[in-house]
Amino acid sequence: MRRKVIIIGSGPAGLTAGLYTARANLEPIIFEGMQPGGQLTITTEVENFPGFPDGIQGPDLMDLFRKQAQRFKADTRFTHVDKVDFSSRPFKVWTGDELFESDAIIIATGASAKLLGLDSESKLMGYGVSACATCDGFFYKGKEIAVVGGGDSALEESLYLTKFASKVTLIHRRDELRGSKIMQQRVLDHPKIHVQWNSTIEEMVGETQTGGLTGVRLKNTQSGEISVFRCDGVFIAIGHQPNSDLFKGQIELDSKGYIKTNPNSTYTSVDGVFACGDIQDSIYRQAITAAGSGCQAAIDAERWLESQN
Amino acid sequence: MEKYTITISDSNFESEVLKSTKPVLIDFWAEWCGPCRMVGPIVDQLAEEYDGKVVVGKVNVDENPSIASQYGIRSIPSLLVFSNGKVEEQIVGAVPKARLQDSLNKYIS
Repeated sequence: MRRKVIIIGSGPAGLTAGLYTARANLEPIIFEGMQPGGQLTITTEVENFPGFPDGIQGPDLMDLFRKQAQRFKADTRFTHVDKVDFSSRPFKVWTGDELFESDAIIIATGASAKLLGLDSESKLMGYGVSACATCDGFFYKGKEIAVVGGGDSALEESLYLTKFASKVTLIHRRDELRGSKIMQQRVLDHPKIHVQWNSTIEEMVGETQTGGLTGVRLKNTQSGEISVFRCDGVFIAIGHQPNSDLFKGQIELDSKGYIKTNPNSTYTSVDGVFACGDIQDSIYRQAITAAGSGCQAAIDAERWLESQN
Repeated sequence: MEKYTITISDSNFESEVLKSTKPVLIDFWAEWCGPCRMVGPIVDQLAEEYDGKVVVGKVNVDENPSIASQYGIRSIPSLLVFSNGKVEEQIVGAVPKARLQDSLNKYIS
C-alpha cells in the first residue's frame, strides 16, 4: 500500500501532524505504536495545556487529539512499526510482515521512561518495580512505596501515589529537587511524602517467586554508607530517552539519540523525512511544544510533497 | 469486547481458566491503564486466531481485585499463560503481538 504521508507515533506531535495532514487531504496513516496517545496517557491531570482552564486528564486529552485527527479521516492504527527503510523512495515501513510505502514520513515516536539499568530492576519489573504510576498505583493501597527521581515526573508520580500508598518516599541522589517550584512545594508540604536525600539505589531486593520486591539497597552519595530501605514498591521516574532505535543508521541522530532537525524546521538528514515532538526535542518536552512541532512537520511535509511534483 | 474473548470474573475463573483443558491466555487490565489500550485489541485478535486452540480471556482488575491479588499482579497490563490450571508464563507490560504468539505456540500441540 502506498501513501503520501505516514506518521509514526501518536502523542501530541504525531496526532497534530495527523490532524494537519488529514485536513490537507494527504490521507495520512498514523501508526500509534506501543503506547497509543503517547506519554500523556500515563499521566494524570494536565494543568498546563492551554484551552483547558480547569485541567484535563492526560488520557482524555489524547482521546480528543485522536478524535480531531479522525474527524478529517486520518487513518489511525493501533500497530507498531518494526522496521523502516529510508534509503530509497518511496520510503518503506513495516508493521510485522506488512509493508507500507510512503512519499513522506513524519517521525513522532517521542520518548519513554528511562530505567536505572540494574539487573535486579529488570528481574523485578512488574513484581514491585514499576515505571508507570498511573498503571500500577492501584496495586499499592495502604502500602509503603518509593519513587526514584527528583524532576517533575518524579514529583508528579509521588503526589499521585499518595492517593493509594500509606507512605511515599522520594529517593533522590542530590540534596535538592530539580522539578518546578510549584511541584516541589506540593511534595515537600505533603504529609505522606518523605524525601530520602543524597541516595542512589544499588539494588532492588526481592525474589519473583516469593512475592517480589521487599526493599531497595541504598547508597548514601555523601558518606558511601549502604542501607536497606524496606518498601513494597518502587516507581522509577528518572527522566526520559528518545525512542529512536528504529531509525539508527537510517537518519542522523545526536549523541543522546535525538533525531537531528535543521534549525527552525522539522527537516531531518533524509529529504522527505520529518521529525517532531520529543524525538527531536531534548529541551522543552511539553505537550504544547510537541503539538506545535507536529503542526510544523505537517506543513513542511505538505510543502515538500508539492515541491516534488 | 470481541466475541472470541471471554470476560473472566470471580464467578467463572475456576471453570474457564483453572479447569480448562486448553491453554489459557489471560489479560489483566483496567480502564485507567493507558498501555492496556494497546494490548486489548491484540488480545482480541489472538482470541480469534487461536479460536478452538487457546482460551483467551480478560480480567478487569478494578472489578476483580481478588484474582489479581491471588496471582500477585502488581503491574498492568499483565498477561498470564495458564496450562492445566498453572501459570506457565507471565508477560508484563505492552508487548508486540509476535511476542505473545511465540508464547502461545509453545503450549499448543
